[in-house]
Amino acid sequence: MDKRKTVNYAKYGYIFSIPFVIAYLIFSLYPVLYTVVIGFTDLHGLTMKITDMRLMSNPFQNYIDVLSAKGNGSFRLAFFNTVIMWVCNFIPQLFVSLLLTAWFTDDRTKIKGQGLFKILVYLPNIITAASVAILFQAFLSYPIGPLNAIRSGFLNFFDKIFHFGFDGKTYNFLNNKNFTRGTVSFIQFWMWYGNTMVLLIAGVIGIDPEIFEAAQIDGANRRQTFFRITLPCIRTILLYVLVTSMIGGLNMFDIPQLLNRGGPDGSTATTAMYIYTQAFRNSEYMYNRASAASIIMFVIIMILTVILFYILRDKDEVELRKIRKRERKALKR
Amino acid sequence: MSSKSLSKSQDSLVVKVFVYVICIVLAILSILPFWFMVVNATRTSEMILAHPISLIPSSHLGDNLKVFDDKPTFQPVTGFINSAIISVGATVLSLYFSSLTAYALTAYEWKLRDSFFKFIMAVMMIPAQCTLIGFFKMVYALHMTNNLLTLILPAIAAPATVFFMRQYLQSSLSMEIVQSARIDGAGEFRTFNSIVIPIMKPALATQAIFIYVGTWNELFRPLVILIDASKKTMPIMVSLLNGDIYRVEYGAIYLGLAITILPLIIVYLILSRYIVSGVALGAVK
Repeated sequence: MDKRKTVNYAKYGYIFSIPFVIAYLIFSLYPVLYTVVIGFTDLHGLTMKITDMRLMSNPFQNYIDVLSAKGNGSFRLAFFNTVIMWVCNFIPQLFVSLLLTAWFTDDRTKIKGQGLFKILVYLPNIITAASVAILFQAFLSYPIGPLNAIRSGFLNFFDKIFHFGFDGKTYNFLNNKNFTRGTVSFIQFWMWYGNTMVLLIAGVIGIDPEIFEAAQIDGANRRQTFFRITLPCIRTILLYVLVTSMIGGLNMFDIPQLLNRGGPDGSTATTAMYIYTQAFRNSEYMYNRASAASIIMFVIIMILTVILFYILRDKDEVELRKIRKRERKALKR
Repeated sequence: MSSKSLSKSQDSLVVKVFVYVICIVLAILSILPFWFMVVNATRTSEMILAHPISLIPSSHLGDNLKVFDDKPTFQPVTGFINSAIISVGATVLSLYFSSLTAYALTAYEWKLRDSFFKFIMAVMMIPAQCTLIGFFKMVYALHMTNNLLTLILPAIAAPATVFFMRQYLQSSLSMEIVQSARIDGAGEFRTFNSIVIPIMKPALATQAIFIYVGTWNELFRPLVILIDASKKTMPIMVSLLNGDIYRVEYGAIYLGLAITILPLIIVYLILSRYIVSGVALGAVK
């Protein structure tokens, strides 16, 4: 028998996957399962041993505790904050990125210096979020700080014209709930719109130019071309941006944690901060409650991801079917 | 050129000016906070209190640096070394083993291959946050807290990197090269190391930047795992700047931030072309 023919290459597929599988089992799958288990137990406190951990009399008690509490420091408020701050960042982000994409990919506008612009607006994305949060905290500092100086300057200027009697007092921005939330959203926007724009431009450049030519011949104006051709063609990338931004947004931690430690009155506390606080900053070290909250977030993220994966996969299959049809037709001919 | 074709192919001046103004404003908005930071890092706290905003640097960098000698909670050198060890370790492991897994998914026909790939796609989006408590308790039981390896070794299994590498290999690896290596008598493992890895260089470079930056900037897991002052990474060091210790040391806070941010900006400006095109590459593939 020829020796070479008996070499079974398939086994190398398994062998080369082993490191990944082992590392995944130890560092990801086991922790996930462990987190699920802890969520149903009474494991809390720094000194409590895992062997002493017992199932709750009502296994879902931690989930009930997490979901039923209201007000400052609760999961509900944290979830509300997280969603609000993500939405307030994502909608303007998408709007600005789409607008810039439309300008930059339009032959008629011909913007110069695009490369430099992309490099500059992408810059904040690369910087440590923790540093950015503290930088903005310094800008908003009270009683004296850069933003307060700008505010006082403006008010003094208008006071000279309108005489509404500005008392010269400075404002504690980080004591205002909505201003602090807005700041978190703004920082997220500022850090991520460059990234979104680069992705969308890449998507538009990837569109077959013949489609645009056909539209031009058919007399489509700029707006029609953008809404009827460009947007539908970059749907996959829009979905990709949406899903990655959503997952990132639902796990927001660094910026609200360091900007104002979730304050004022828990108005910028996020679900990731809730998990962190319950497990590591609560004097009782509520690992079980933190696990339950993690699993709730895990399920929410999973559901949303599955929905988006379904949409993505569906589109690919439709395209595949079309290609197969074409191939079959070509074969018949 | 006739005026008719000109109007068709070019925007009016008003529109152009508007677009340029918006773009310039956005570009300035990206740099200005960092410029304020650099300027205030060179000014004393008294100067900052008197005039919080200035565009012109002063000469008190040394005074601010001295604050960290007197109050040594913020240890940028320690943070820098720890972050570098974790980031280099995680990047190297992630790149090598992700490529190996991607190669297994591309070059070989095996029974579980498609299910394995689907599995990787499915778990790609699971954020580390959701597994943190179990991960922490496991690490705690193994006495692996305060150990940098705890944050390096998980990088061996990086589903998103595997996905990217597989997409790259599918478009750039020709099996003929692998076959000829086999005929020359190279083992499968050697073929991977000496032939496939060089082919993957462009993808490795792009991914290296993103893994490195991502690991460097991470706060959540290091904050939980690394408790010893001597093990803290750069983002944790930064988080110490907003404690009570530096409450009135405005100049020092800006300097501390500048120390953590400026190296990133410099490296970014050197590699920016690759980074920006790398972002786009990841999306289209």
